[in-house]
Amino acid sequence: MSDFLLELRCEEIPARMQKGARADLEKLFRAQMDSAGVPLGEVSVWSTPRRLALIARGLPDSTQAVSEETKGPRTSAPDQALDGFLRKTGLSKDQLTERDGVWYAVVEKPGRAVRAVLAEAIPAIVRAFPWPKSMRWGAASLSTESPRWVRPLSGIVAILGENLVECQVGEIASGFMTLGHRFHHSGPITIGGADDYQEKLRACHVIVDHAEREGIVREMARAASLAEGLTLIEDEGLVVENAGLTEWPVPLLGRFEEAYLDVPPEVIQLTARVNQKYFVCEDAAGKLANAFVCTANIEAADGGAAIVDGNRKVLAARLSDARFFWEQDRKTPLAEQAKKLERITFHVKLGTVADKVERVAKLARWLVEEGIVKHNSAQPELVEGHAPFGALSEGASTGSARAELADLAEQAARLAKADLVTEMVGEFPELQGLMGGYYARAERLPDSVADAIRDHYKPVGHGDEAPTAPVTVAVSLADKLDTICAFFGIDQKPTGSKDPFALRRAAIGALDLISRNGLRLPLTQAVRGALANRARQDSDTAATHRLDKSAIEVIDFFADRLKVQQREAGVRHDLIDAVFALGGEDDLVRLLARVKALQAFMASEDGANLLAGYKRAANILKKEDWRGHEGEIARTGEEDPLALVDDPDLAPVIAAKMAERHEKALSYIAEPDEKALIEALDAAEPTASQAVEAEDFGAAMAALATLRAPIDRFFDSVTVNDPDAGKRAARLDLLARFRDAVHRVADFSRIEG
Amino acid sequence: MARLMQRDRSKSFQDMILTLHDFWSANGCLILQPYDMRMGAGTFHTATTLRALGPEPWNAAFVQPCRRPTDGRYGENPNRLQHYYQYQVILKPSPPDLQDLYLKSLEVIGIDPLKHDIRFVEDDWESPTLGAWGLGWEVWCDGMEVTQFTYFQQMGGFDCKPVAGELTYGLERLAMYIQGVDNVYDLDFDGRGFTYGQVFLENERQMSKWNFEVADTPALFDLFAKAEAECRNALSADVPIAAYEQAIEASHVFNLLQARGVISVQERASYMGRVRDLARSSCEAYAAKMTPEWQAKFPGWTL
Repeated sequence: MSDFLLELRCEEIPARMQKGARADLEKLFRAQMDSAGVPLGEVSVWSTPRRLALIARGLPDSTQAVSEETKGPRTSAPDQALDGFLRKTGLSKDQLTERDGVWYAVVEKPGRAVRAVLAEAIPAIVRAFPWPKSMRWGAASLSTESPRWVRPLSGIVAILGENLVECQVGEIASGFMTLGHRFHHSGPITIGGADDYQEKLRACHVIVDHAEREGIVREMARAASLAEGLTLIEDEGLVVENAGLTEWPVPLLGRFEEAYLDVPPEVIQLTARVNQKYFVCEDAAGKLANAFVCTANIEAADGGAAIVDGNRKVLAARLSDARFFWEQDRKTPLAEQAKKLERITFHVKLGTVADKVERVAKLARWLVEEGIVKHNSAQPELVEGHAPFGALSEGASTGSARAELADLAEQAARLAKADLVTEMVGEFPELQGLMGGYYARAERLPDSVADAIRDHYKPVGHGDEAPTAPVTVAVSLADKLDTICAFFGIDQKPTGSKDPFALRRAAIGALDLISRNGLRLPLTQAVRGALANRARQDSDTAATHRLDKSAIEVIDFFADRLKVQQREAGVRHDLIDAVFALGGEDDLVRLLARVKALQAFMASEDGANLLAGYKRAANILKKEDWRGHEGEIARTGEEDPLALVDDPDLAPVIAAKMAERHEKALSYIAEPDEKALIEALDAAEPTASQAVEAEDFGAAMAALATLRAPIDRFFDSVTVNDPDAGKRAARLDLLARFRDAVHRVADFSRIEG
Repeated sequence: MARLMQRDRSKSFQDMILTLHDFWSANGCLILQPYDMRMGAGTFHTATTLRALGPEPWNAAFVQPCRRPTDGRYGENPNRLQHYYQYQVILKPSPPDLQDLYLKSLEVIGIDPLKHDIRFVEDDWESPTLGAWGLGWEVWCDGMEVTQFTYFQQMGGFDCKPVAGELTYGLERLAMYIQGVDNVYDLDFDGRGFTYGQVFLENERQMSKWNFEVADTPALFDLFAKAEAECRNALSADVPIAAYEQAIEASHVFNLLQARGVISVQERASYMGRVRDLARSSCEAYAAKMTPEWQAKFPGWTL
């Protein structure tokens, strides 16, 4: 048993690639050992900017001998089959073994020295390494067949126990030699094996374990801030990146001119983090301090004074640029900036960003005017600024409050994208929205408008909470609906893994907004409105023609996204289908309430049994091709017999016909369990309907639950297919009535199980 | 003579250049002079682009003045110039000790790597105009980018066989760093107190004004068209180096038109496509013309 050390040394590996490279190295190594039959125990993988290292403990000295058996043709098979098998295996007939009338080729593979296995594995690992980007280098690159690596490969250490694993990759031959820190150590280091590797490197100023370096960056950055009475703003991404840029990390704290703190803190933090990879700190009051922590790769002779000073100057130059943008941008009101959006193409077929803003403004206003987005009691909104209808007071009518909110929503929508043309967002695109919010506040626009500009991109992904302030909700939802409808309108739908315009994320965002705020949004109407808006704006007659189709596609798209979103929240997708299939339901809040009640019901014994009863009834009806009352509805003259089911005007007509039919006295004396079912339906139908009407879906389910025992007993004791045609028809009608009663709550045929 | 005695080599822009020349000359480079045309980056010098093509070894170092009309600030910004210097080193094939050579060159111009934090930070390079890309780093000195370090993988759309290593030093930045000044115009040019501003400030003022306000745009459009036509003319006469010069000319005229703000967003893409087409066609024609010669010297080599 021996330990194996592999070090692949190269020029600086990008920090962002090191984690993946460690995983890939272990995976490739395990695969190589696995296919050679080398059992593996503990494997550690480390990285620095200049090396990938792997240590595998307790490797055997040789692999086990194995016998490989290949099944051949039957002994009775024609000679050609046997010849073919001999050719394939390279054996002669007398080398085959016969068992149960079948030929077998048995090849004994002797055990191999693991050192030899490794010598083959290392070049294979290098060749197969899946770097995100790789390159050729040096004299050997005269041919494109030369080795590829993330940056030039400069050395290989491969030691099994105390013995060199001899191998070669391009011009690099394996050896015992490696290099220490670029500046703190000169000349080669001789490694004895896996056991002295880490400590020998440490003595030469290289901490090879990335986790240890991360710990140092984290702890020393914290300590440096504490020493100045400050708190480090933790940033694990920066910790990992700085550890990936250094072999001997030394965090150092520096100060920048206090005057730069006029610039919004997010800007300072962003430029420090993204451009310079510095941490920033807060003071005791939680405000951004004029301090940064950079991570050097050396223990500087002067304690780091020159390094800190150099970094301070670079940061000052960046902050000076940022402050210039901040001052420059504020000279132009957002309303002026917004005019420049006419020059920015949103999408070749969808006009400019200004066109989009126009649509979003209209839609945001509509969302408020329709009472879909309103002042919520949870978050009373104080309306500020110069409101056109005077400030809202206690007694203000709903109408004027709504008009006020609609104006604010439209105003915010018109300004929401204006920051895209500011210098600051040009430099830091990540700050879109946020800067608009700052500029709006600097202009003394109402807070609700500034907040809406700032937050209208939200929610942007998993774990990002949907906004709740009404103006923000209106703009954010309008923006997302418009984006989705605009792209569907020009037939640019997401397909498979392709979603170039992030429409799925927009839909999830819209759904989060709707469910978090309990918005009673008539989705079909909103989608049709948004589609028509865009088509009209561009005089896109093609889009107008396919509006019906697009609307259905968008609704289906939302349904799919809803399923994805709800599945993650633990809701069964078939239950969502069961409620969606009822049709006419595009109020997602109501739909979800119904789905949740249904899920609770289906988890109960009553629910499961009722489903069984339902399926039995539905099967019989299907088998008998029983049309029941649907035949009557078809006589209304509509081509689609179900077209009018949800028509509010026609509903009473249909209900009346149904009632009439149900009230028809039976031409025979009902059996007791038949009668019981009729009575149970008489009681449950109105209760369920009223409950659905009142959106008390729990009560609707409870009403259905009362049908469970009667339907079970009905099937137990009543023969549906009675020889008497009258009885048969009546009983089929009864089953149809039962099915329809259930359908009024959910389409149970969609439910699995 | 007293003036000569006072020369401080460690604080002198021109001595930094001389030191680099001396260093790279000692390390096997031809020391070339700047290309005598206006260009946006040292990479456009034929010693870099065209010589990166083909199998023949090539080691050269030179200063190249760079013109970026839109970066002009009328001499008012301490860091931004419409005319500045790059120091280019191109080594083909890339030697195994290129990083060490580079770090030694920093030491000879006065950067102590145990006092200053030198880092290689991922920064890949791509020039769609030249059909070129490479992998490498921006080299940081105490957080400031001082050099672009690239291993060319493709040039003119062709795989580099072999790969060349390219170093581009930002001379003014390095000098500001070494001399400890915050304003480029305060740089000591000669080590005797003659400043960079005394050499270039008025130039920056006038050229910024010309770039942004004065240059006659119909004439520029005309120049662009003429360069484009001449490039085609040279290509059809199989003199690709001449064609390449016209592509460089077109590229710079386009940059001037940009500075004059007369090219709309939509037109911009189209102009860039035209420049790209000229540059790539020239590189391709050059490679095609040279291939027989390259193959004669390197049997079995293919483009």
